[in-house]
Amino acid sequence: MTVATTTPRFKENVHEALHDPRLQRAMAFAGNFVPRRAAAVARLPEFEALRDSARDIKTHTLAHLDLYLEAYEARVTEAGGCVHYARDAAQARAIFLDLCRRRAAKRVTKGKSMISEEIGLNDALEAHGIEAVETDLGEYIIQLRHEAPSHIIAPAIHVTRDDVEADFRKAHLHLPRDRDLSEPETLLAEAREILRQKFLSADIGVTGANFLIAETGTSIIVTNEGNGDLTQILPKVHVVLASLEKITPTLDDAAQLLRVLARSATGQDMSVYTTFSTGPRRPGDPDGPEEYHVILLDNGRSAMLAGEFSEMLRCIRCGACMNHCPVYQAVGGHAYGSVYPGPMGAVLTPSLAGVEEGGQLPNASTFCGRCEAVCPMRIPLPKMMRHWREREFERHLEPTAMRYGLGVWAFFAKRPALYRFATGVAMRALGLAGRRAGRFSWAPFAGGWTRYRDLAAPQGATFQARWRAKSGAKNGATR
Amino acid sequence: MSARDEVFADIRRSLRVTGAEAPRRAAVADRLACTPSGVIPARGKGGAATFKAEAERAAATFAEVAAAADIPAAIAGYLRERNLPATLRIGADPRLAALPWDQTQLDVSHGASDGHDLNAASVAFAGVAETGTLALVSGADNPTTLNFLSDNHLVVLFAEDVVGDLESVFARLRAVYGAGHAPRTLNFITGPSRSADIEQTLLFGAHGPRRLHIVFVGGHGG
Amino acid sequence: MLTESGAGVRVGLFVTCLVDLMRPSVGFAAVKLLEDAGCKVVVPEQTCCGQPAYNSGDRANTKAIARATMRAFAACDYVVAPSGSCAGMLAKHYPELFANEPDAEREAVAFAAKCHELVSFLVDTLGVTAVEATYEGVATYHDSCSGLRELGVCAQPRQLLATVKGLKLVDLEDSEVCCGFGGTFAVKYGELSDAIVAKKSANILATGADTLLAGDLGCLLNMAGKLSRDGARLRVRHVAEVLAGMTDDPPIGEGSAK
Repeated sequence: MTVATTTPRFKENVHEALHDPRLQRAMAFAGNFVPRRAAAVARLPEFEALRDSARDIKTHTLAHLDLYLEAYEARVTEAGGCVHYARDAAQARAIFLDLCRRRAAKRVTKGKSMISEEIGLNDALEAHGIEAVETDLGEYIIQLRHEAPSHIIAPAIHVTRDDVEADFRKAHLHLPRDRDLSEPETLLAEAREILRQKFLSADIGVTGANFLIAETGTSIIVTNEGNGDLTQILPKVHVVLASLEKITPTLDDAAQLLRVLARSATGQDMSVYTTFSTGPRRPGDPDGPEEYHVILLDNGRSAMLAGEFSEMLRCIRCGACMNHCPVYQAVGGHAYGSVYPGPMGAVLTPSLAGVEEGGQLPNASTFCGRCEAVCPMRIPLPKMMRHWREREFERHLEPTAMRYGLGVWAFFAKRPALYRFATGVAMRALGLAGRRAGRFSWAPFAGGWTRYRDLAAPQGATFQARWRAKSGAKNGATR
Repeated sequence: MSARDEVFADIRRSLRVTGAEAPRRAAVADRLACTPSGVIPARGKGGAATFKAEAERAAATFAEVAAAADIPAAIAGYLRERNLPATLRIGADPRLAALPWDQTQLDVSHGASDGHDLNAASVAFAGVAETGTLALVSGADNPTTLNFLSDNHLVVLFAEDVVGDLESVFARLRAVYGAGHAPRTLNFITGPSRSADIEQTLLFGAHGPRRLHIVFVGGHGG
Repeated sequence: MLTESGAGVRVGLFVTCLVDLMRPSVGFAAVKLLEDAGCKVVVPEQTCCGQPAYNSGDRANTKAIARATMRAFAACDYVVAPSGSCAGMLAKHYPELFANEPDAEREAVAFAAKCHELVSFLVDTLGVTAVEATYEGVATYHDSCSGLRELGVCAQPRQLLATVKGLKLVDLEDSEVCCGFGGTFAVKYGELSDAIVAKKSANILATGADTLLAGDLGCLLNMAGKLSRDGARLRVRHVAEVLAGMTDDPPIGEGSAK
């Protein structure tokens, strides 16, 4: 399973991330998405109504997914395309490699596709001697660095300008050594030139799909660069990689979703290129691919339809949740060790990779709720993270000490008289111990807290004890 | 059982359905046939003025001409002002074919682009006022490669083709291509190509055109 | 509904375990504010709202604690807590807990309807527009997450603080961003929690305020602990203490030796 590579090492990853000055500098940029989204939302009075509409469309679609899939497949076939089904990552890779074999493909260009990450496509292609070229500028940069994306919209957000220059100089050896790459413009121009050659010489172009339209058998991609378009119109074969839940009933339904997608992701009203592709080129078309294939991936989605996590299937991969998450802002995407980081990754990763592999993520949340507040599809992310915690509790997956401590707490919390007695004693003692300084820099069983901050001393007798004493003094009643 | 059969079986098992249930089938058939619209922002009602404002906000440039016959001169002027070579690739769109190109110095070539065209011109299928977005469809009239391989993309938009919202474009599409059908490629284009992947610095011409210029053929007689 | 103030209304104070154990003065400040508004305040024997168990995935214990809580406060017209997260638990999550049990859910829904956070109860339900209190100082206010996002507590504390004589309120940058407490999160993911509270701390110090206020003791303990560990000396208090004019006790984290 390639979904959660280092997720069990989350705490160690966090430690590394917090002590990586390059990453911390770069993460400061990620904060820009917050005011941009807010500005775009403020400019559109209908935004909240659109969120409701988008949520309702997805809910309806998922409840009828089998039927919309059938309709979608029929239209794709009618338009001259071919739909393939893959139950898991291995099947998806096999289908793709088979297509490459049939076309004797040597070079594959790629638009941004989270599904291709999920199935580990690039490694599989390399293993078969096929060159896979990421064409989204951010993806191209991290491909040179042999890194995974750290954000689903801005995959190279953790990389500095200096890093990019160094990587380009190392990779583009045929270019003059003394060329000036000090400005971002020059770096972009170089990437454009290099990738233009790849676009024009590719045998197969692979894109993801933001949405698949059942009404017309259309796949939609949303980009700002135009790389997804050059990927799909120039080679002879266009392959779309998409998971099942991308199905959307009609063009009008897509319009609802598109209106909240770009605004939530980058604060743009529309991304520069929103492209609707239907089948291979038609007779009379002077350009376009000769073959159009769609590989539909299940890999856990059909199972999610049945249970507590079905609402997660509404996700349109905008990235707003992680942009607004205090945990993501502190450590970036790589610390999650999964293809899908941030709050949406915390819910999705255990579904795709299993709760033993992915279980750290739903625990690493304060439940501040900002993710849910900005999710365009109104996905109740904290609630679903809590469901994962319930699953883990049932299976005794959390650390023993924690479970024991909480068990002790619950024991007392269910027994008010005992609670009153035990806490009364403890707080009076602690209160006495801390009266002068007012705080502890260390306390037994509180190491996790006092390692990083002081612990205020209790005031002494509990509120309930004092209240009882007051009312007792007044009239002897306790209630 | 094929992978397809297994995927459908898994979905139906999760949803606890057989797939043959009449109410579900009716609901799906109904939605696909009626294509109901949802929330449509009021912003698009501002027409051409809103289109211009939104397009410029997305870093496209916008110039108006009184009639179609003025298009060649307007394009020639645009290129000259920027010291760009007087070359232009266009498709077979009849609305461009009949224009007085020979009254300019432009060296005009026809057909899809192979990547060596600095400047290209297309005619838009529609202009969407709510976001300043151009809709372009594939085909010999306006080859899709012109939209992405040129450095400077000039798009002609006729006043009568400006609509308020995306839904109106889809309605036109259905009228032209038939219900349930679409052209090979429908591009919605809002401003020139850009990337902010290098330290969040906004740069144009990431892969697609560096410049997007809209030549608007005004609604005063046209 | 109520007439001008809380005349004759029976309010059960849900004191919260943190206030009960760590800082009873907040509870007494809450009582004063409610009594000043005309309420009759009662304090049923209580323990905890169940959040620690709930957020750790222990649904069974959470439900047991919830049933006990609902029973304890059955005779009250309102249940008011000086905490957005505890009030949120009672008002928003108790019904969810019993979602598949129609009778229990009915009871939980009825119970939830009478649960409120303290300051929003004073302003929105009782119609309190001002307090009689004095506080000399420059204060900044942090919006605790649950209160803000689950219960809409935002304008009300600021409204009442504006009527405190001598108090100058300054804006806190990113006041609505989490402080990193998150209950057990602060202990389980200490390093991560520390990184988040460090940002909050920097924003607080940047205001130049001498006082930090908020409506949740968990957040306050977290922020106070970080500020004092870093050597900053701000007065940290629960907003109820300032609104009730009860600031004789030392601020959070400060002792009798000064």
